[in-house]
Amino acid sequence: MKDDTHSVPRTVPIQSATFSNPTNAEIRRAAATGIYDIRGGGSKRKLPHFDDLLFLGASISRYALEGYREKCDTKVVLGTRFAKKPIELDIPVTIAGMSFGALSGPAKEALGRGATMAGTSTTTGDGGMTEEERGHSTKLVYQVLPSRYGMNPDDLRRCDAIEVVVGQGAKPGGGGMLLGQKISDRVAQMRNLPKGIDQRSACRHPDWTGPDDLEIKIMELREITAWEKPIYVKIGGTRPYFDTMLAIKAGADVVVLDGMQGGTAATQDVFIEHVGLPIIACIGEAVRALQDMDLHREVQLIVSGGIRGGADVAKALAMGADAVAIGTAAMIALGDNDPRWEDEYNALGTTAGAYDDWHEGKDPAGITTQDAELMKRFDPIAGGRHLNNFLKVMTLEAQTIARACGHNHLHNLEPEDLVSLTMEAAAMTKIPLAGTQWYPGKPGTSY
Amino acid sequence: MQTFDLEAQGLRNLNAALQAQSAETNQTKWEVVNAKGSHAIAVGLDAPIEVNVMGSTGYYCAGMNKQATVHVHGSAGPGVAENMMSGTVIINGDASQYAGATANGGTLIVKGNASSRCGISMKGVDIIVHGNVGHMSAFMAQSGNLVVCGDAGDALGDSIYEARLFVRGSVKSLGADCIEKEMRPEHIEILTDLLERGECDAKPEEFKRYGSARKLYNFDIDNAY
Repeated sequence: MKDDTHSVPRTVPIQSATFSNPTNAEIRRAAATGIYDIRGGGSKRKLPHFDDLLFLGASISRYALEGYREKCDTKVVLGTRFAKKPIELDIPVTIAGMSFGALSGPAKEALGRGATMAGTSTTTGDGGMTEEERGHSTKLVYQVLPSRYGMNPDDLRRCDAIEVVVGQGAKPGGGGMLLGQKISDRVAQMRNLPKGIDQRSACRHPDWTGPDDLEIKIMELREITAWEKPIYVKIGGTRPYFDTMLAIKAGADVVVLDGMQGGTAATQDVFIEHVGLPIIACIGEAVRALQDMDLHREVQLIVSGGIRGGADVAKALAMGADAVAIGTAAMIALGDNDPRWEDEYNALGTTAGAYDDWHEGKDPAGITTQDAELMKRFDPIAGGRHLNNFLKVMTLEAQTIARACGHNHLHNLEPEDLVSLTMEAAAMTKIPLAGTQWYPGKPGTSY
Repeated sequence: MQTFDLEAQGLRNLNAALQAQSAETNQTKWEVVNAKGSHAIAVGLDAPIEVNVMGSTGYYCAGMNKQATVHVHGSAGPGVAENMMSGTVIINGDASQYAGATANGGTLIVKGNASSRCGISMKGVDIIVHGNVGHMSAFMAQSGNLVVCGDAGDALGDSIYEARLFVRGSVKSLGADCIEKEMRPEHIEILTDLLERGECDAKPEEFKRYGSARKLYNFDIDNAY
C-alpha cells in the first residue's frame, strides 16, 4: 500500500482571532484563580486615537510661520469664569491627578519639581496633599474625591485650584481600591484607616447625589476658599455632551475630560477595557456643549487620556481643548517601566513596558510603591529633570506643528487644520476624511 | 454678641467675617438672623467662637468646621457639618441627608431625626442623634461614633470599617459586613460620655452596638456579592 501522507499539503495551524493566545491565557488564569484581573494603567487594546488624525500644514492657502524664530505662544489661563485668582500656566500641558499611596512620596516630589521647572501645575489624588508635592509644585490642584481621604480645609486653602472628581476615564462609574500591601503607616495615617487593609474609594460622592447638589457643593467650596480658587470638575468620558453641560451648569470654571485611554492606579481589567469612550470621541462633544452654552473658552476644557507627545497636544487643542493633562506619560518620563529594570520585571513575570501590577507595591522603578527600599532607587531630582525635559519636548513639538499651520499661539489651532485618516475617526470627531470634505453623518449628505 | 442679618448683609460677608476670627478674638458670640434656609452658612470656620443660627439652614451648614460651636435653632439641610475637623455642631430640629458626612472630628448633635446617609464615610467624628436615622447611615464609616437614640433605616453601616454604631431602637437591616457586637464595659463608658455630651438622657444599657465583621478588609473573591 502506497503511503502518501507526506505528499498531501496540511492545513497550517491558525490562531483564532477571537480566542487569541492572550485571551486563552486569561481564561486559564481566571479558571485557576476564580478572581478577575486587577491592574493599573489604561486601556491596552487598539482604539481610535489621535494617530487617526493628521494635520494639514500650510502651502498657498495658508501662510506658515518660521520654525524656532517666529513667536508661537503657549500660555494658558484656567479659571477665568468665577475665580478671583485664575491659574496661569506657561504651557498647556498639566500633570493629571495621581494619588500619594499609589505613588511614592519621592515620585510626587519629582512631579512637582518637573512641572514647576516647566511652568505648569500638578494635581493631588486620592490620598490627600503631601508636603513633597506642595513643597515642590508652584501650582497645585487639590482633588476633592468621593473618598475624601486626607481632605481638610487647611489644604483646601493651600492649593491653587480645586478639582471635584466625578469620574475618570479608566473607570467611569467605578471606585478605587488601594490594596492592603501598599498601606504603610503614613498612608494609613493620612486616610484614617488601619494599616494593611484594603482602602476603597467610593464610586460616588457621599454628600451629594446629582447635579443640583453639585452646584451647591461647589458654592460651599468657594465660600470656604473666599471665591479665590478655580473650581475644576473632572468627568470620565462617557456622555461628554450632557456631562459637560451639567458640570458647567453646576458652576465649573474648568471641565476636565478624561478618555478611556487614561490610566488608573488599580482597577478591574474588564473595566479598563470595556467601559468608557476613546478620548477623540469625547472632545468634539464637550466642545459642542461649551459652544451651545456660549461658554467655549470662557469655561476652559482640559482633556486627558493617552496623551503621549506634542502631536497629541496639538490635535487636542485643535479640536477645541484649552489644555491637556498627562498621567501615564509623566510616569514613563520619570522612569516607570524602564528597560534598565528588565531582569526584575522578568522576575515578576512581565517585561519592561508591560508592567501594570502597581497595586502589588513591588515596582522595581520605585515609583508606584510604598516599599522603603524600592523607593530609594528613585531619585526625585533626576526624575523631575526628566519630566521637565519631556514637557519641553511636547511643547516644542506642538509649537512646530502650530507654526506649520500658520498659528502664533497654540490656541489658534482649529479643527480646519485637521483631517481624519479613518472613517471611524471621521465619524467620531466630525473632522472630514482626508481628501474629502465629508464625514459620516454630515448634514445634507447621504451614505 | 455680634448680630448678623444674613438677608441684608449677604452670605459672602457673613462667612468672611466668621472666617476672619482667630483664637484671640473678643468677638466670641455671633447670632445669624434671617437664615431662611440659605446654603453654606458658617462654613470653613477656624476659631473657638459660638455661632447661633436663628432658623433653619440649607445645604452644608458648618461645613469643614474647626474649633467653632455652631448651633442651629431650627432644622438643617443636607450635608450639615460635612468634613468637620473639630468643634461642635448642634441642630435643635431635624437634619437632612448626609449629616456629618466624611467628618474627621468634633461632635455633631441632632436633637430631632437625621435623614438617610447620616455619618456616611465618617472618619473620626462623634454623632449623636436623639431621634431616628435613615437608610445607608454610616456607609463606609471609618472611625468615630454614631449614636442613634431612635431607630435606624436600611443598610446600617454598610461596608463599615472601624467606627462604632450604638442604636437604642430597631435596625431595619444591616449593610454588608456590619454585625451586632458585644457591648462591653468600655463601650458603656464611651456611650455614657457621648450621651452626656449630646445632652441626651437615654440610658447606655438600652443600646446595642454594631460594627465591622472585618470580612471585607482584604479583597477576597468569596466575599463578592
